[in-house]
Amino acid sequence: MADIYAYITHRNGVADDSALELIEAAKKIDAGAAVTAIVTGSGSELDQVADAVAATYPKVLKYASDALAYPNAEVVCKLLVNVLPADAILLVAHDTFGMDLSPGLSIKLDSAFVSDVADIEGVDGSTLKVIRQEYSGMVSTHVTCDISAGAVINVRPGCFAPDESKSAGGTVEDKSGDAGDLSTGRTFLEVVEAEVGDVDITKSDVLVSVGRGIEDEENIEIAQELADAMGAVVSCSRPIVDAKWLEKSRQVGTSGQTVKPKVYMACGISGSFQHMGGIKGSPFIVAINKNVKAPIFQVADVGIEADILEFLPELTEAIGEL
Amino acid sequence: MEILVCVKRVPDTAENEIEVNGSGSDIERDDLVYSVNEWDNYAVEEAIQIRDNVGGSVTVVTVGDDESEEVLRREMAMGADNGILLTDDAFEGSDGKGIATLLKAAVEKGKYDLILTGAQADDGAGQVGGMLAAMLDVPYASLVNKIEVAGDKLKVGREIEGGNQEMNEISMPCVLSIQTGINEPRYVGIRGIRKVASVEIPELGAGDLGVDAGVVGEGAAKVKRVDYFVPELGEGAEMLEGSTEEIIAKLIEHLKAKGGLK
Repeated sequence: MADIYAYITHRNGVADDSALELIEAAKKIDAGAAVTAIVTGSGSELDQVADAVAATYPKVLKYASDALAYPNAEVVCKLLVNVLPADAILLVAHDTFGMDLSPGLSIKLDSAFVSDVADIEGVDGSTLKVIRQEYSGMVSTHVTCDISAGAVINVRPGCFAPDESKSAGGTVEDKSGDAGDLSTGRTFLEVVEAEVGDVDITKSDVLVSVGRGIEDEENIEIAQELADAMGAVVSCSRPIVDAKWLEKSRQVGTSGQTVKPKVYMACGISGSFQHMGGIKGSPFIVAINKNVKAPIFQVADVGIEADILEFLPELTEAIGEL
Repeated sequence: MEILVCVKRVPDTAENEIEVNGSGSDIERDDLVYSVNEWDNYAVEEAIQIRDNVGGSVTVVTVGDDESEEVLRREMAMGADNGILLTDDAFEGSDGKGIATLLKAAVEKGKYDLILTGAQADDGAGQVGGMLAAMLDVPYASLVNKIEVAGDKLKVGREIEGGNQEMNEISMPCVLSIQTGINEPRYVGIRGIRKVASVEIPELGAGDLGVDAGVVGEGAAKVKRVDYFVPELGEGAEMLEGSTEEIIAKLIEHLKAKGGLK
C-alpha cells in the first residue's frame, strides 16, 4: 500500500473539522496506515495548526511560505506536485478548496481522482471501492478506483466519524525548504465578506426554510405568513437565492449561513448535503415535501408528504387559531 | 475574446424522479426528460455577456451521442455562435479524465482565450474543468460567481464557505468553472430554437481529434461506476399520517414540545 497523506485546511489558526475526519477515512483504506498530514500557510497561525494537528496525526509536514499565506489552490497544487511521491494517496476534504485543488492535481500527479466520497468500503489489490451519491442524493453508486499509480480522493465533510482521541503525539517536520517553485498564473487578491442582510437568520430559534418547492417568487409570502404566525424567520436553500427571490444572507448551507435553530422547518427542500452542512447542533427538523423520496426525509425527525403551497397556509391558519 | 463553453446533456432532476432500474445497472431512463446541465446554462450566459461587452465569439462543445446535439442547439438559440459535437463509439464509458482528454483535443483545434464549464453536474463529480486546465497547463479557478475583464487578465470571484467571495486575478488563457447565481440565464423561446434548427454542427470523432481511442472510453477509465442503489435510510423521519387536520394537530404538538412556537 502506498503512503497515505491528508491535506489539512485551516482558517484563523484553527484546523477544519475535516482534519479529524480524514484520518478515519484513511483508516478505512488501510487500517494500519500511518497517515501523514500536510499543512501549508505562513506565520504563527501555521505553527499553531501544525501543533494541533500533531495530536491526531503521527507525522505532520509543514510548508511555510508567503505564497501559501492564503490557500490559493493553484499554488498548493504546485507545492504538492513538487513534494508528493508519485504513488501517494492524498485525502482532501470536498469543500470549496478541495474542489478547486483536486481534479487538476490528479492530472499533474498522473493519479486517479474520485470526487465527493461519502463512504469507503476498502481496498482489494489495487482497487479502491467507495460510495458516492448522485442526483442530489436520490441515488447512490459503488465506484471503483484504480489506485496503482496513486490517487487523490475528495472526502465529503461530515461522512466519517471524527477521531477525537488526540493521542498521536506526532512530530511536526518543517519541510518549507522542499517547496520549490510556486509561481502560478492566478493571484489571490482578497476575500469579500458576505453582506449582512436585514435579518440575521443565525440568531433565530425557529426557521421556516423554503426551497424549490415554493415554485414562484410570489409564494414566498406563504412562508412569511407561517413564519409570522410561529414567531420564526424565513430562510431558504440555494436555488431561491440564485433566482433572487430572497437575499443571500437568508441562504442556509455551506455556501451560505451556518445556523443553529431549535426547530428547522424544511419546506419544499430536497436536502442536498451542501444545504444540510449549514445546519449544526442537531435541530429538530420538520420536512414537508411532496416527493417522499427526497433525501431530506433521511435526516428529518418528522416528515409530512404534502405540497407546501397547500399545506403551509392551512398550518398557518391552525396556528393562528391556537 | 474567443470563448469555449463545455456543456453536458443530463436528466433534468427538477422534472424527474430518479429511480434505479431493476438490476441496479443504471437509473431508469425510460421517459426521462433531459436538459442542459443547470450549471452549464449559467456558463453559456456568462460567455454571451462577455462577448457582447468585449467582442469575439462563443462556441459550445459537448461529448455525447446524436441526442446531445439538442443541447448544443439550445445553447446556440440562447446566443452561442458555434457548436461542436464530439462523438464516437470509442468515447463511451469515459471517466472524467477521458472527457477532459477529448475536450483538450477540441480546445487545441481552435484558439480560445477563455474556457468555461459548469461547476458540476447532478450526475457528475465537478472534475472536468480542473482536469482540462491541468492538461492544457493553464490557470484554473472553480465555483466562479463573478468575472470582470481587465485587459489580458480577468478578475474572478470564487464562492467560498459562509457566503464569502474570494477574489483572484487570473491570466488568460484559462479555464473557469461557473457557479449558479452568477447571472440570470436568458429565456430561450421557440423562435430562437427554430432559428438555429438547420445550422450545421460539426461532428468530430477520435480520428478528427487526433485522440488515440485507447486513452479514452471505458477501457482507459481508472474510475468506474459499478452499480446504482437507493441509499439505506437512517432512522428516517416519523412520517405524519392521516387527514390534513390530523397531521397539523400532530405537528403542532411536536412544535410546542420542541420550542417551535412562541
